[in-house]
Amino acid sequence: MSDKTNYEAGFGSNALKDPQRVVFITPKTSAKVKGDVGKKVMSYPNLLLREAIALEVMVIALVILSLFWDAPLEQLANPLLTPNPAKAPWYFLGLQELLHYFPPVVAGILIPALVIMALVFIPYFNVNIKGEPFWAANRTRRFLIFLVITASLLLFLVIFEAWSVIAPTVAIAILAFVSYFARVGGPRPAEFLRTRPISWWVMTWFIAVAVTLTLVGTFFRGPGWSWVWPWR
Amino acid sequence: MATSSIDLALNRLRETRAWKSIFRRGPARTNRTRSLAIFGNIFLHLMPVKVREQSLRARATYYLGSFSFLLFLLLTVTGILLMLYYHPAVPQAYLDMKDLRFVVSNGVFLRNLHRVGAHAMVIAVFWHMFHVFYRGGYRPPHEFNWVVGVVLMLLTLFLSYTGYLLPWDQLAFWAITVGTNIISAEPVLGHDVRFLLLGGNLVGENALLRFYVLHCVILPLVAAMFIAVHFWRIQKDGGLTLRDDHEREGHERQD
Ligand code: HEM
Repeated sequence: MSDKTNYEAGFGSNALKDPQRVVFITPKTSAKVKGDVGKKVMSYPNLLLREAIALEVMVIALVILSLFWDAPLEQLANPLLTPNPAKAPWYFLGLQELLHYFPPVVAGILIPALVIMALVFIPYFNVNIKGEPFWAANRTRRFLIFLVITASLLLFLVIFEAWSVIAPTVAIAILAFVSYFARVGGPRPAEFLRTRPISWWVMTWFIAVAVTLTLVGTFFRGPGWSWVWPWR
Repeated sequence: MATSSIDLALNRLRETRAWKSIFRRGPARTNRTRSLAIFGNIFLHLMPVKVREQSLRARATYYLGSFSFLLFLLLTVTGILLMLYYHPAVPQAYLDMKDLRFVVSNGVFLRNLHRVGAHAMVIAVFWHMFHVFYRGGYRPPHEFNWVVGVVLMLLTLFLSYTGYLLPWDQLAFWAITVGTNIISAEPVLGHDVRFLLLGGNLVGENALLRFYVLHCVILPLVAAMFIAVHFWRIQKDGGLTLRDDHEREGHERQD
């Protein structure tokens, strides 16, 4: 659709009432009314075959891994002998790293609850369904908002001295900052960043923080949750 | 296609009465019988009969959702085999781990496969979630399936976490102690929830039994149900999301 009209053509549901089958649908409605796109093929055998190949590749890879890597087994559980540090499984070490900086209610309850609620509810708000670039409109205002939010977030993190959150936050903020000044039709990475919507930035920031926290918690934390180098 | 002797034999098998009585159809040579192969089968009918070519491309999904599901299957099979050698009791659980290593044939391999598979599933599910997000797969009409996905992600984490206690070694005991201590930070219900989960105030025999029941019965059943809903909704929501830009345009040029 190149013209900027406010409606799109679609299919009417009641052929008796609307024999001409024309309805006007405003933007931001369900994506399905745009009609079907793409050539279709039979699931049997096209999809089933690919699933079978996926299964075989997966089993071969896991069998090879299992031959060379052994599941750990330590001493019998002993409630009187606390290892230092006592670590949760790796996928919770990001949370454990947060607990090092923030009070337990914030790091252990509030932040995870907020993340899950955000994941559940955000798709229902239909913000920016078309994925317009963040810098496409109201550039100056958005830039100011971005600067204010980033600065207050960093201030908050600095007060709590949460360095392993600050590092990825700064990295993503620098990318967002640079992308604001990128010109149309610049080199590919700049063009990519320039056209990202806000959802992309928020999710990428979240993943960067989560991955950093998990890596730090897994490899760089020793006795008393002090910083250690994994190769020492 | 039916040229090799294996194909010939298979086709002959599919013509037999026994085959037809089990699968409710003969060989799938026409699109009608190929459709029947999907919707005439109680397991496969969760899949769509037809899929878009664009969605079959590796780039569209990296088959991460498929890998998540296949890992779930692999973990079910290896998990049931492990259950044959495991007692959820203190300290027998730990002795069973030793037996798996030193007594049971291929016991180490079985345990390794289950453990590697569990790590892989956590990674696959997270990667799948992020990939779906970047492709905009959470947008209407897929928003509810995204919510089902969030539940599946939590179930996957909880499945992995409950399994972590079962070997009853130092690693298991302290990981669960650290993790469940976080729950009691919640001011209102924290302590009660922790008590309910552990069957006491400490990680002990009751906790082992509860985690065992959760890990081997309750969570797998709940996860299987949510996975079924997840697959069925993909079909009902009209297939996977195509990226707005090049995938749609690329198709328009073809027509
Ligand atoms: C046990 C865990 C899971 C399994 C077995 C699973 C399986 C699948 C499969 C097989 C697909 C088809 C396409 C693909 O392979 O990507 C799919 C699509 C989808 N999944 Fe999952 N999934 C799981 C977890 C999740 C999670 C954690 C989320 C997000 C929070 C999620 C959200 C979605 C959505 C929204 C779609 C539709 C994507 C689209 O329309 O393009 N799933 N899932």
